[in-house]
Amino acid sequence: MAFLTAENVSKQFGNHLALNRVSLEVPQQSIFGLLGPNGAGKTTLIRIINQITGPDEGEVKLNGRRLAPNDISQIGYLPEERGLYKKMKVGEQALYLAQLKGLSRQSARAALKIWFEKFEITSWWDKKVEELSKGMQQKIQFIVTVIHKPALIILDEPFSGFDPINAELIKQEILELQKEGATVIFSTHNMGSVEELCDHIALIHKAENILSGSVREIRKGYESSTYDICFKGNLMGFTNALWSGGELIDKQFDGEKHRVRVKLNGQMTTNQLLTSIMPQAEILSLQEVIPSMNEIFISKVKEENPNTTHTKNIITE
Amino acid sequence: MNKTLLIIRREYLERVRKKSFLIMSILGPVLITLAFSLMIWISNSDKTEQKIAVIDASFAFQKNLPDNEFIRFYYPNQKLDEARRDFYKTDFTCILYIPYNIVQSQKSPIQLFFKKSPGLSVNQYLKNCLERKLYEYKLAANHIDPEVIRNARQTIQIESFRQPEIGVEKKSQNNLLSVVGFVCGVLIFMFLTIYGTQVMRSVMEEKSNRVVEVIVSSVRPFQLMMGKILGVALVGISQFAIWIALTLVLTNFVSTSFFGKIASDALKREDQIEMVNKKGSNADFKKMETQDTKMEAMKMIGELKDLNIPEVILCFFLYFLAGYLFYSALFAAVGSAVDSEADTQQFILPITIPLIIGYVMTVNVWQNPEGPMAIWGSMIPFTSPIVMMARIPTQTVHWYEIWISLGLLTLGFIFTTWLAARIYRTGILMYGKKPSWKEIIKWVRYKA
Repeated sequence: MAFLTAENVSKQFGNHLALNRVSLEVPQQSIFGLLGPNGAGKTTLIRIINQITGPDEGEVKLNGRRLAPNDISQIGYLPEERGLYKKMKVGEQALYLAQLKGLSRQSARAALKIWFEKFEITSWWDKKVEELSKGMQQKIQFIVTVIHKPALIILDEPFSGFDPINAELIKQEILELQKEGATVIFSTHNMGSVEELCDHIALIHKAENILSGSVREIRKGYESSTYDICFKGNLMGFTNALWSGGELIDKQFDGEKHRVRVKLNGQMTTNQLLTSIMPQAEILSLQEVIPSMNEIFISKVKEENPNTTHTKNIITE
Repeated sequence: MNKTLLIIRREYLERVRKKSFLIMSILGPVLITLAFSLMIWISNSDKTEQKIAVIDASFAFQKNLPDNEFIRFYYPNQKLDEARRDFYKTDFTCILYIPYNIVQSQKSPIQLFFKKSPGLSVNQYLKNCLERKLYEYKLAANHIDPEVIRNARQTIQIESFRQPEIGVEKKSQNNLLSVVGFVCGVLIFMFLTIYGTQVMRSVMEEKSNRVVEVIVSSVRPFQLMMGKILGVALVGISQFAIWIALTLVLTNFVSTSFFGKIASDALKREDQIEMVNKKGSNADFKKMETQDTKMEAMKMIGELKDLNIPEVILCFFLYFLAGYLFYSALFAAVGSAVDSEADTQQFILPITIPLIIGYVMTVNVWQNPEGPMAIWGSMIPFTSPIVMMARIPTQTVHWYEIWISLGLLTLGFIFTTWLAARIYRTGILMYGKKPSWKEIIKWVRYKA
């Protein structure tokens, strides 16, 4: 069952339509990627889920119930535009933010102790935030996002501001939290991180949900039976062997090895292809060409608006 | 704990823990006490003994000028040139030269030469003595009995009373209370501006720190705004309470221990001057005049006693709170709309202008606390906290006026808070370019 569903959510700011009848389903305990170019409406949707702003039409349901003000305590939100009070001490600030999430002072203190020890930052407790580096501040920011053990964690561009080592640390923590039962929504325009982490995605473009589902299925839909083959031998012999089973899209020769890309037309399997070319050439490698999320993303966006470049909009960003 | 309370707590503690709060809390009363002490001290300071050599070329004064506690007259047998030449060889502090034709000519001036400036009070004393002696001399020269003059002269005084519809007679407008009112008005103007600006800065800081979206994912923007406004209000009230308490303690301490002696000295001196006046003069009108001034002073002190201090303090608290709520919401809205201090100018002006108008009105209230400007100014919410506070100490305000004005102000702050909340909740999440007035008006219409 879907943990979070949005049904026909629309939101308008003045003359600007930020979300146009967007529907999506976030399965329980999934890592859900909310993708889209800048200004597509991702942040607006996230703000609606966080009840920072309300939808004009449609509704958002958590566990099958309509969102209620109390649900805020079940959500941990790391906004893209994030920061901390610079003059406040780290520990005091973490306590304050945790209490705002509904924890009592004692349980907040206990939970913080565990996290601070885990990240080996107990010595920061009495430092002022402005004394910490940006990466250190991001760690604190992450801790206060998840300190109240939220069932739903929403991370908007979580890795901006992290160095690769800390980004990896946070990534592991996100996976850990998922294992413990949390559902994670992950908003980004960085496709690389999506492929590594997400199992479901929705692609928001120009206020609309243009593509959503599980990553595996989406990929399947974009499978093109295209293969990269590397071999030693005669290219003529290779094309003869391919014959009517497919077409040669691309070829490269470095003096010793040929690299070719072929698209099979469905009547031929890779096994059949290999058996027919084996007499003609020495096969070094064969690899299926899977479109990256990035390519899917770009092709889908191009499909939606073939000849216009998208306009940035300040309101939704 | 309630989330709004958490926010209030943070906002309050953050400010109260600052060193500047401690410094202001102590410095304020110390400055007030110092100013108070300085006033007493200055009025008693020029007590250096004056030895004045009188060169009387007219012989009208017959070496008969009255000394007082620290002014003594000497009559050396010298001409002015000689006296001036030998001035620094003698221990005279001044030379008083009276020209020969002083009696005949109104225009010939009396001259005073000094080593160190003897100060205003000495000058005043000399002028009084000489005028009185000259007056007596002229009467005698014309064979007029001073008694005749005394009878002919009659001073009158006009005391004004307001006749209320029912109830006892009450003295109307008096200057000292107007001054107290003016000070109250200025104080509340300062408090409103200072604490309103603090709210605005703090909202802007949260926005530029980017901490605001983290917080509004836990609490409603309205809670955050109100928490901040109320937290800062408590800071203002604490500061004010500390000031009152500390000022009372300090002034009490200073006036009893340190200035007690000087004050009693001053009283003694006054008696002596009066005695000298009685002895040295047959002209009673002078005495009457001094008595008048004394009476005036007594009356002023009496008027201050009229001042209902607890009432003024209570009203100050109420008007500070209501006026602050009225304005700080608007300040918060401005803070939420902009990204940097420089951008505030354009939006802050419509808020500060009514404050300044209120401030200017207090001058008018001073002169006419029951004029139409004072009445209207103390009713309209934009100016009422300042103007009403200037009026209350003058004892010309009916209780029902206070209720109406406070009621209107309450309606006013409910409206400004509503308006500000609508701007605030959109403004805090807007980054980038400075919004125009048109956009801000649009925000008010957005659905939540």
